[in-house]
Amino acid sequence: MYLLLALVAVPFVFPVFWMFSTGLKTYGDVFENPPVLWPEDPRWGNYLVPFITGPFLQQFLNSIYIASVTTIGVLAVASLAGYAFARIEFRGRSVLFVMLLSALLIPPEVTIIPLFRIVSAFGWIDTHLALIVPAIFGVPAVLGVFLMRQFFLALPIELEQAGRVDGLGRFGLFTRVALPLAKAPLAALAILTFLNSWNDFLEPLVFLRTRELWTVPIALQSFTDPITGIPIWNIQMAATTLSVLPVLAVFFVAQRQFVQGIAGTGIK
Amino acid sequence: MPDPRSQLSGRRSTRPAAGRPPRRGHLRRVDAAYGYAFIAPAVLGFLVFVALPIAGVFLFSFQDYNSLSGRSTYVGMENYERLLTSDVFGTVLRNTAVFSAFVIPANLVIGLLMAVLVNQRIRAISVFRTAYFVPVVISLVAWSLVWDVMLQDSGGINGWLAMIGIEGPNWLADPDWAMTSIIFVQVLKGVGVSMVLFLAALQEVPGELLEAARIDGAGPWQSFRSVVVPLITPTIMMVAILATINSLKAFAQVFLLTEGGPGLSTNILGYFIYEQAFKAFQVGFASTAAVFLFLIVLVLTLLQWWSRKRWVFNES
Repeated sequence: MYLLLALVAVPFVFPVFWMFSTGLKTYGDVFENPPVLWPEDPRWGNYLVPFITGPFLQQFLNSIYIASVTTIGVLAVASLAGYAFARIEFRGRSVLFVMLLSALLIPPEVTIIPLFRIVSAFGWIDTHLALIVPAIFGVPAVLGVFLMRQFFLALPIELEQAGRVDGLGRFGLFTRVALPLAKAPLAALAILTFLNSWNDFLEPLVFLRTRELWTVPIALQSFTDPITGIPIWNIQMAATTLSVLPVLAVFFVAQRQFVQGIAGTGIK
Repeated sequence: MPDPRSQLSGRRSTRPAAGRPPRRGHLRRVDAAYGYAFIAPAVLGFLVFVALPIAGVFLFSFQDYNSLSGRSTYVGMENYERLLTSDVFGTVLRNTAVFSAFVIPANLVIGLLMAVLVNQRIRAISVFRTAYFVPVVISLVAWSLVWDVMLQDSGGINGWLAMIGIEGPNWLADPDWAMTSIIFVQVLKGVGVSMVLFLAALQEVPGELLEAARIDGAGPWQSFRSVVVPLITPTIMMVAILATINSLKAFAQVFLLTEGGPGLSTNILGYFIYEQAFKAFQVGFASTAAVFLFLIVLVLTLLQWWSRKRWVFNES
């Protein structure tokens, strides 16, 4: 049984190891035949090259900044709307909710061209606002609205009645009663949003031009020979490994929230 | 949220609130105002960043709009005619269909098999669950780039194949293998999500039902087919819809691994739209292709949704 489980794990885990070990090879060793699992003389210096030769540190900080601001914004927008859709009665509630959900069905390629026009009308092309604002108020927030609504639907009504008796208004009920109980779904949503923003590719590719403003995924595909366009494989893999390390670290610490966050979008 | 009181008052609200203290109606209105205020950021954001762009796609699809010259003229259905009669687009649609026809069932079948595999009560099983989920967590760019290294002609895959005496093809540059490679990379990347969704569903299956089936003499395969599968049909539909949307929006792996090539062999709709809009600057033409993508996703999702009454168990 364990042999089978381990065999199945190979195509999922081995590429990450290969990423790491290729990042330690010399350029000539990358395509050595037979393949070298672990280089005899690991070049740890490769992992410094992206920082020395390019603005990789800056790009890293850009990604952290964009993903953090987006996450905070999505948490605010989604918890407010998710709460209202679950707990407050108003006309058109279900119609508006279904309308929002339809955003989840739309692939980004469909809307990227007009979105480019809208973003450029705001003067945001080649700025980080182009990535942050549409994410906070657009599709990523909708997933959050859905997750938060599912959670708030299950809150017992007695809690709010008790809050009413204590003289809380609607905003008080939200901030003092509902939100403090929502730590688990908020954590799951924060992780999902941060991860999605960190991994975004199409939007930064289209909206950003200046190298210093790039995010990490765009930066990764820039480790190529300027003349031939062929990747400098070992340095590219070193940079790629560096880009997945923070994400993997968070994943191993918070895998419960990760998995529940994913599963939570599917059940109920 | 079927709250009988709310339905009652909703029906009544057009009439004067007979025999009700006005205070309650006032409270209800105040509450509704809070409701609208709370959803306002999400709804306004949806209008500006989702609804408006969709309207824009339709609008652009009727224009000859070249973003390089900046000139746009209304051309009616010309883009549609050009697209539908173009051999290139026919190939792109066929590629997209082939891609999805493998990716969606693979997500369902492999995802379910993996969920069954990790749904055992044995030691350290969570280590394996975590391992299978790793590609979901790391970015598609990182995942594609490492497979780029491994799938090169002289890369790791062919190196290991050579060790057991097989001469592998040039995976990404061989028109017969490039699509297979892209599908493989896509399935490995996303199947962990399907596994987790199926695992959550499997753990909800009541043990008594399986026990009863066993007492009635059902073998493991029989009880899986007749007890487990019907109970998890809602999740099967969920995974099918998610896999459909994810496969139709595939872009980065094509951009990074093959740029649609060799020839047109891996040019799928998501990549085609990008190529037309941001490499050829044919915004009107690209928007017309985007309309097609939008309609395909819409139709497939609605079909799956409408068909649910026929096969989804316990749909309430």
